[in-house]
Amino acid sequence: MSLDTRAKGHTETAAPHPGHTPPASVRARARDLVLGIRFAVGGGRAGWARTILTAVGVGLGVALLLGAASVPNLLQHRDDRSVARSDAGQFDGKDRRRSDSSVLVRGADTDFRDSTVAGRVLRAEGKHPVLPPGLDKIPADGEMVVSPALRDLLDSPEGKLLKERFGAYRVTGTIGDPGLVHPKELYFYTGSDALTQAKGGHRVAKFGYKQPPEPLDPVLVVLVVLGCVVLLTPVIIFIGTAVRFGGDRRDKRLAALRLVGADARAVRRIAAGESLCGALLGLVLGGLAFLALRELLGVFDVWKLSAFASDVTPVPGLAVLVLLAVPLTAVVVTLISLRAVSIEPLGVFRNAKPRKRRIWWRVLMPVVGIGILLSSGRLAGDLTPPVYAIGLGATLTLIGLAALLPWLVEAAVARLRGGPVPWQLAIRRLQLSSGTAARAVSGITVAVAGAIALQMMFGAMHDDFNRVTDNDPGRAKLQVLADVGDGELAEQMIDKFRTTKGVENVIGTVVSYVVKPGKLKNADDIRPTTELTVGTCANLRELARIDSCEDGDTFVVHTGDADMNDWVDEAARPGKPVDLNSVSWDEPGHRHMPWTLPADSPTVKARPDPRGDMHDGIFATYGAISPSKLVDASTNAMIQVDPDVRDNEEYVRNAAARIDPFLDVMTLRAVERDKQYASIQTGLQIGAMATMVLIAASMLVSMLEQLRERRRLLAALTAFGTRRGSMAWSVLWQTAIPVALGLALAVAGGLGLGFVMVRMIEKSVADWWIFLPLTSAGAVLVAVVTLLSLPPLWRMMRPDGLRTE
Amino acid sequence: MSIGHTLLGLLESGPRHGYDLKRTFDEKFGHDKPLHYGQVYSTMSRLLKNGLVEVDGIETEGGPERKRYAITDAGITDVETWLATPEKPEPYLQSTLYTKVVLALLTDRDASEMLDSQRAEHLRLMRILTDRKRKGDLADQLICDHALFHLEADLRWLELAAARLNKLAEEVRSA
Amino acid sequence: MTPAGSLLTASGLRKTYGPTTALDGADFSIHPGEVVAVMGPSGSGKSTLLHCLAGIVKPDEGSITYNGRELAGLPDAALSALRRSEFGFVFQFGQLVPELTCVENVALPLRLNGARRKDAEQTARTWMERLEVDDLLGKRPGEVSGGQGQRVAVARALATNPRVLFADEPTGALDSLNGERVMELLTDAARSTNAAVVLVTHETRVAAYSDREIVVRDGRSRDMERAV
Repeated sequence: MSLDTRAKGHTETAAPHPGHTPPASVRARARDLVLGIRFAVGGGRAGWARTILTAVGVGLGVALLLGAASVPNLLQHRDDRSVARSDAGQFDGKDRRRSDSSVLVRGADTDFRDSTVAGRVLRAEGKHPVLPPGLDKIPADGEMVVSPALRDLLDSPEGKLLKERFGAYRVTGTIGDPGLVHPKELYFYTGSDALTQAKGGHRVAKFGYKQPPEPLDPVLVVLVVLGCVVLLTPVIIFIGTAVRFGGDRRDKRLAALRLVGADARAVRRIAAGESLCGALLGLVLGGLAFLALRELLGVFDVWKLSAFASDVTPVPGLAVLVLLAVPLTAVVVTLISLRAVSIEPLGVFRNAKPRKRRIWWRVLMPVVGIGILLSSGRLAGDLTPPVYAIGLGATLTLIGLAALLPWLVEAAVARLRGGPVPWQLAIRRLQLSSGTAARAVSGITVAVAGAIALQMMFGAMHDDFNRVTDNDPGRAKLQVLADVGDGELAEQMIDKFRTTKGVENVIGTVVSYVVKPGKLKNADDIRPTTELTVGTCANLRELARIDSCEDGDTFVVHTGDADMNDWVDEAARPGKPVDLNSVSWDEPGHRHMPWTLPADSPTVKARPDPRGDMHDGIFATYGAISPSKLVDASTNAMIQVDPDVRDNEEYVRNAAARIDPFLDVMTLRAVERDKQYASIQTGLQIGAMATMVLIAASMLVSMLEQLRERRRLLAALTAFGTRRGSMAWSVLWQTAIPVALGLALAVAGGLGLGFVMVRMIEKSVADWWIFLPLTSAGAVLVAVVTLLSLPPLWRMMRPDGLRTE
Repeated sequence: MSIGHTLLGLLESGPRHGYDLKRTFDEKFGHDKPLHYGQVYSTMSRLLKNGLVEVDGIETEGGPERKRYAITDAGITDVETWLATPEKPEPYLQSTLYTKVVLALLTDRDASEMLDSQRAEHLRLMRILTDRKRKGDLADQLICDHALFHLEADLRWLELAAARLNKLAEEVRSA
Repeated sequence: MTPAGSLLTASGLRKTYGPTTALDGADFSIHPGEVVAVMGPSGSGKSTLLHCLAGIVKPDEGSITYNGRELAGLPDAALSALRRSEFGFVFQFGQLVPELTCVENVALPLRLNGARRKDAEQTARTWMERLEVDDLLGKRPGEVSGGQGQRVAVARALATNPRVLFADEPTGALDSLNGERVMELLTDAARSTNAAVVLVTHETRVAAYSDREIVVRDGRSRDMERAV
């Protein structure tokens, strides 16, 4: 009874004490926060180190987030400029009248080594031509205006071969920024009086066109949603980890504050203030880093990625979100991390038995996620996709995987026993506190799982673009095409290319279509049509199995497919005529041009050309038919190059430019890859690896913290003769085990998610081994973290640590 | 504590009157308990009898006659031996040890040597006691512990004294 | 120079850390089965002397002979091997691996020497019994008291049957009762295996467990036996 009253009286007397007033006044709270901030910046070297560590971590995250928030603007601005310079007449199909302002335009893109050099040939038709953006006049005949990057390339020794290609032109100006998509773009405009509509030029009345609003491809929407989740979740996880940097030391400092009278809540607020300070500093650092990096994007061309600084502007709404969410995350994470410890005046106590991690909600998340994805049907055609459902499903799956990891690590190491000493040390360490490592690695898990799923989707879609062609690079590697059928040109091409450096052989032919003349039985029938290929005996032999051939000979060529053979035979009837002007029977106003296929034309079998294609139809030598008679023919050279000659392709392109600047040169490769998809795939892998590096950095910091904390122990272990190697292995295992588990989970989860998503877009999985590069990156990362931990480890293992502080 | 040895030691720096000896003694060692004249004279007569001091002269300037004493060679040897012999470690040694340290310093002898040998003697006894304690019953242990704690206190004092010898030497010599 | 029959001898050791001189011509010797206390005020170089003797730190000058072998020229790997197999160590605190259980901690040096886990833990158990801490086998260092932890540390130091046990303030963090118990067990165990003990301490009551005392002052050692 008396005890009770005394206890009561005690609390009452204690109540007025400012630190103990529950609930604290707003002023007291503000004071605690400010105190925390003062600790963050005024806490001596240790305090600063912690604040800076956090700030750098948060800053990195913020810079990335701001970058992500700028992507919509970046794409928009690039797209705007790309549209603004495109020729309006190209797409609406209307015929433009020649006028004082009209301009003839022809695409003249070329490749130089592994870059594309895009450009157009212009010819003004009047005195006041319309101008594409970035030009102040249409270049005159023989003039060339280039982008700054192309100018640099042409002026450099590396660009010597390219300069040769443009030998017919002299550079007279530079394209202004509004005419370029990005600062490192290789782009040019040349002027040529030789350009006519017949030479492929088309007339434009103005540059740029109003783009009809186009709904995003549903598949693309899903990809974008997934991409955001994949790239941003690890960043957020990383920020969360960064805020925890140096937490143990801070807790000790807070304990000292408890000793001088701060209550538990005040201590939490002070900690929150400290984190807030780090996070705010991080915001500033991140902002500065972002500004610096976007300037760098204009100077360096990293992975073909450059951008005008002014294009990289965050969407205001998203920027505000970043500015608010990051400090909030910092405070929330700090408060959550403090839940696991109790800070008492005499020290910091980990809550003795941490709650066992419950598995049900961790498993539930990915299961529900996959469930949502499975039930949202398939994305086919024009149906508006259930974007939110898909986004939610994918997000739940990925975050669920991240949540599953700490449990998995805990469960896995709990079952491990024995093994050599380093292994035992690592396992035991993880058994006691796997949280830090698992949290960091969960960022990797999300990034890798997401990257795998995305790559599988791209891979599946890519399959459409990425067919394995039958090109036989042993026989040819380049194809040069001219829009005119010109036997002389074909001969010239053969001659010129044959003497070009690096060329081993050339097949040159003139190709056109011919039809069976006369009225059709049924007006709706398709008129029998076949291909007419004209070339020398030697060239024709490359395309068909011809035994004897003399100039003047003709052949009917079959591929071996019965239906196709019959189709050929309907038009190619030896002794009967074909019409060389294929349109003359279907469109009025065209002259018939009959030509009789000699009756002695033998039927032979085709052989695949260097591209792998089989050509059937009529093969004729120049003596049998002059290419000048052909209508709408094209001249075609297939060029076989010596793979050992460096820049062989460039020599061919230069030779082609010398023959005729309007020749199109195509490169044939064993696998024809769609470049854009290749770059997306590369981008994804780079993104995932960048995330891994980020996470590795935070793992390294935690590792160093842990080492510093156990300086004394390490010195003692050295004293009784522990080999450095043993400790190094233990450090390695300590990183490797969570990363391995995280990657295993990521691979399983990513393949599962990828499979479901691929099924959703009604494609099939192209490559199940897509995760290999990422897992090897994971192994490299473990090695790097370990290696970087070694020098401090050696230092900690020195006997200095034994001297009492 | 041996007053005889102390007075002998004081005489080493030069002949003195009995009164002079008392005053110096009181100043340096008699912080809590001044020496009686009777004690001085009876001690001096014992030392005279043993041949450790001799009468250097007698003054009679307007008062009672005053003998001036000087130390003999035998006296110097006696002081030497006394200083070099560690005291049997026993309680309340401090005043004796302190006197020895100051005298050693006054007579330009190596005080640290003296302290170290005292320290070794203490530790020797502590080893014996520790050993007895380990083999003995609880009563033995308690008794030994009591002695050990006292010895430890002395040793601590010795260490402190050794660490402060230089400072003490300055003080003693300037006085 | 080497006194007859001595196991570990050092002479003329000099060691400086930057501007501070930790050892300035220190000598030392110990016989098998002997317990030698190294005393001296703090900062006098006691610990440095121990570190030099144990081959943890290389002295700038002077020679250290263990069992007739000069340690000065040995490479780090050889010294580590020596420490693993011939020496044992007890420090004031912070030497037990917090993640390992007590028995695993005691078994650790045996395992580092290549013993199989089972054998190592069996030996560890015997030593923990001798040091009266066999009730702590499965506990982690964080769950036992300071005195118990030190006894575990002593068990670990002795588990490899070292010829020399280096103890640096082994009771520094303990109260006198616990400290004395640790000292009793330590010296008993060491004597029973004929291990020499180099005992660095500033407590005379701990030093009283020794057979002989060496005082280090200003980096110089003084053998108190000769002082008597």
